[in-house]
Amino acid sequence: MFAARRFATRAPAAAHWNALSLARPTFLRGYATAGDVSSLVIVEHKDGQIAPSTLNALSAAAKLGGQVHALVAGSSSDAVADQVAKLAPVSKVLVASDAAYDHGLPEVHAPLIVAAQKAGSYSHVVVAHSAFGKNVLPRAAALLDVAQVSDITGVESADTFVRPFYAGNAIATVKSNDAVKLLTVRSTAFPAAGAQDAAAAKEAAPTAETSTTTQWIKEEIAKSDRPDLANARVVISGGRALKSSENFELLYTLADKVGGAVGASRAAVDAGYVDNSLQIGQTGKIVAPELYVAIGISGAIQHLAGMKDSKVIVAINKDGEAPIFQIADYGLVGDLFKIVPELTEKV
Amino acid sequence: MSLRVLVGCKRVVDYAVKPRVNATKTAVDTKTLKHSLNPFDEIAVEEAVRLKEKKLAAEVIAVSCGPAKCQETLRTALAMGADRAVHIECADDGNGLLQPLAVAKLLQKTAEKEKANLIILGKQSIDDDANQTGQMLAGLLNWPQATFASKVEVVEGGNKVEVTREIDGGMETLSAPLPAVITADLRLNQPRYATLPNIMKAKKKKLETIKADALGVDVKPRIETLKVTEPAVRQGGRLVESVDELVAQLKKDGVL
Repeated sequence: MFAARRFATRAPAAAHWNALSLARPTFLRGYATAGDVSSLVIVEHKDGQIAPSTLNALSAAAKLGGQVHALVAGSSSDAVADQVAKLAPVSKVLVASDAAYDHGLPEVHAPLIVAAQKAGSYSHVVVAHSAFGKNVLPRAAALLDVAQVSDITGVESADTFVRPFYAGNAIATVKSNDAVKLLTVRSTAFPAAGAQDAAAAKEAAPTAETSTTTQWIKEEIAKSDRPDLANARVVISGGRALKSSENFELLYTLADKVGGAVGASRAAVDAGYVDNSLQIGQTGKIVAPELYVAIGISGAIQHLAGMKDSKVIVAINKDGEAPIFQIADYGLVGDLFKIVPELTEKV
Repeated sequence: MSLRVLVGCKRVVDYAVKPRVNATKTAVDTKTLKHSLNPFDEIAVEEAVRLKEKKLAAEVIAVSCGPAKCQETLRTALAMGADRAVHIECADDGNGLLQPLAVAKLLQKTAEKEKANLIILGKQSIDDDANQTGQMLAGLLNWPQATFASKVEVVEGGNKVEVTREIDGGMETLSAPLPAVITADLRLNQPRYATLPNIMKAKKKKLETIKADALGVDVKPRIETLKVTEPAVRQGGRLVESVDELVAQLKKDGVL
């Protein structure tokens, strides 16, 4: 099995060696040779578009060293595979063309991931820590009888990873002792993969069970012309102090002026001011934009977990004692209903 | 089919407490901190009890894996309306001694033993933040899974569940035959408070303790924690006096 893995994963060139492993070559010497490391990245896509978080997952996989293959499954997988083939770290794209993989049901995706991992003897399976990745990968991990390392923010070596826990109040460095490492990746912690000169080869993914008793019925996606929350350069976020969904218009106007996305605290979501999918925090979205403007948000631990890695944080709150001011780079104490319109006018 | 519902109950450091890393940077110091039932598990218990109140569930069994103190957590679930509890005793310090794969295997054995046909867990525990156990359990049992549920409806005379799930950008609805595993999201319900009479009644409810070894599950951690550190502290910020000053500063920093 080990011989087979070496054969299957020998890198054709050193092109995929990343800066990290070049700078610290001792990493792999004791553990394994680069030829032993090979990753399978599960591509998330919808309506023919690759999910942006997959680009971050590809960069995390590249940091592991060794080859990076990508798995694309679904009825439009061929077209998506052509796009994936042009992404920098990808040296092969596995394509599973079957409508059974549409809608991301874990009952069919997990067996496919297991079949692909076994066929390619991959040492690592990597996916973004998105709703899709979180849903699918642990099921595959159980089928493979390996542990999973969730929401990694750093790669120290091929078996050692960094991940926050306790709502980001502690950072653990963990070592996986399983033969196969299953990882979900925090998108904001890794850059997006870029383009490469020559497209990677495509081949059919191994076959796996495609029937399930689970039926997908419908979806309701909140439509928005604003940038995607997880990737926006600027995020304007509102809390309970906005008082109504109508008042959120103030934030939309400001967001549109600066080309930003709108987010919310749990309190604002619970009060029905905005859709659930806009919640930022431990149990919602994790964002790390250039600029995060927290408006009428007190700054509970659970909210901070989702935004404290933002480059610049601005807090606007009438309560000068609010915890948000402890992490804000710039704080403005006052009435948001006066400040936000003035800010919108002046930016 | 009358439902036999298993609910997972994890004892975690209370959500309002900010934990600190210990002096040797090996773990989070949890010993002296207030603990409570994981908030997502509270939601899971509430949903199970509501199914019972709608006469859709015959029995609700609360299960917790960990040290002896988990029994307090199970009593909370019993006070909320669970019928009885099973405590699977093994070591856990909230720092990764007991990992999701091991818990999933312990729950798998318990589900088989109790002939459960619906399992509701929280979508994640707020200490480890792994978000894995329910999915792993569904995989081990080869049952359908509906994660991050914000609405659960038992349909077709108790043979199927229709679940609305929170996904990136919105919601989706799935239908799955039972038995199945569901994990609860924040929006699924508003958990009830345990009243004093119910807390008293819960003391008399059956709580069975089983050693993890007796279930034949290897609970040894697969993932080793090498070190634990405090997150980087942000440089102290400052208050600005006016919108003009704020805008000028943000332009100077190049973020506007």
